[in-house]
Amino acid sequence: MTKQTPAATLVDIHGVGKTYDNGTTALQAVTTSITQGSFVSLLGPSGCGKSTLLRIIAGLITPSSGTLAWPATGGVRPDDIGFVFQDATLMPWASVFDNVYLPLKLRGKTRKDVEPQVMDALTRVGLAQFAASFPRELSGGMKMRVSIARALVTRPPVLLMDEPFAALDEFTREKLDDDLLALWQAENWTVIFVTHSVYESVYLSERVLVMGARPGRILHDMAIDEPFPRGRAFRAKPSYHAQCAAISDMLRHDVEA
Amino acid sequence: MENSRALRFVMPFIVGVGFLLLWEFLVRANGVPEFVLPAPSRIAASLVANFGSLMASLWITLRITLMAFVLAVIGGVGLAILFSQSRIVEAALFPYAVILQVTPVVSIAPLILIWVGFDRTELALLIIAWIVAFFPILSNTTLGLRSADHNLRDLFRLYGASRWQVLSELQLPSALPYMLAGMKISGGLALIGAVVAEFVAGSGTATGLAWRIIEAGNRLDIPKMFAALLLLSALGIVLFFVLSWAEHRLLRRWHESALKRES
Repeated sequence: MTKQTPAATLVDIHGVGKTYDNGTTALQAVTTSITQGSFVSLLGPSGCGKSTLLRIIAGLITPSSGTLAWPATGGVRPDDIGFVFQDATLMPWASVFDNVYLPLKLRGKTRKDVEPQVMDALTRVGLAQFAASFPRELSGGMKMRVSIARALVTRPPVLLMDEPFAALDEFTREKLDDDLLALWQAENWTVIFVTHSVYESVYLSERVLVMGARPGRILHDMAIDEPFPRGRAFRAKPSYHAQCAAISDMLRHDVEA
Repeated sequence: MENSRALRFVMPFIVGVGFLLLWEFLVRANGVPEFVLPAPSRIAASLVANFGSLMASLWITLRITLMAFVLAVIGGVGLAILFSQSRIVEAALFPYAVILQVTPVVSIAPLILIWVGFDRTELALLIIAWIVAFFPILSNTTLGLRSADHNLRDLFRLYGASRWQVLSELQLPSALPYMLAGMKISGGLALIGAVVAEFVAGSGTATGLAWRIIEAGNRLDIPKMFAALLLLSALGIVLFFVLSWAEHRLLRRWHESALKRES
């Protein structure tokens, strides 16, 4: 089963760079575009500007040069963007339900009106029975699921993820990778996924943007032309390992150069 | 756990009773004069004999302390919120809040008494106690409002939250543990402020517990002095426990400080 990818371009990134006030160039003139409905990974070592680029796309950081264009949404950034941070970033004083309800609450929706919607998001990450729990009562992986449910609850067309599973153990991480892919296939999202794991990026994405550091830039734009769904069998496939090795080499060359 | 709880209440109780018995014994055995150190039994007798006037004084001190505390919470939290909304206001006013804090309040107490007038001593006492109590709440709340998780701030921005929503949904809940810690300090300080103010006011119209202590001292009625002192420290203890209890109730479900850990 291959995913039907609409050809429309979600975002055109043109010459986007970021130099901070202290003079460090986090990102140097990046030009690329992201297709609507695709799963794209930004991969690279720390300091390659992948998080900066993600935050620029989200509108949380203003680029110091270049432009972003949003052809698919009438030229403006969609006002509905889901964002998942490396930490679950939950409000410790609020229940799981209230944490997921937050994006809707901020839009003035009453609790009663959106309760089914919140519960649906929790169901999709498998945490419906934990609605009344508090974040501290959950494991790291469960907190991350709550964080994903919160990003999903508004049914955003775009999901931005900033190393979401980096702090989790490998088993939990592989499980969440699979869950994420299943969710992505069920919806018509665009996912932009930041990671420093070569394996994770190849496993998840249709396309990997390999980035290098000092200054942050895109080294290579690599398509991962493998069918979905991808399961454990894919992790054992020679082509999977070949692509991982190719990307690792690219990154090594850049560090040594 | 039951064991440790019992330990926490029983042990101090045993120490207290033992101390009182030793005190009583030493005073009696050595014939210590009452105006130097009265025996606990004499203090208790004095407490009973002067119950009416001491309770009236306790009520005055309690009233001033509580009002000063409530006003300190309102003023401290209110000003901290104002500071969090405007860097300019904060930059302009914070130094003066600090000056108010570092100036020993006893030294401005006579001034405040003169300004407010000796016919309205209670108001003067309230102002003095308020000045002493309000700063910990201001500084703690200011810190708390600033310490909201920056990723959560970004998230609020991403969802287009208004200033008011950021304040009510993010900054105030983040600041709550800090606020409560400040309130615990302020509760004690409000009492200290009320007592110190009354010492300075001297023979005014307000006759709180501190005035009872001065009065009893002047008359060398040391048992009564101790009785008043006992009530004052009881008041402080009750205040502290009420605030600690409130803190525990409000934070127990989520904050690190209120969590029980198995070890």
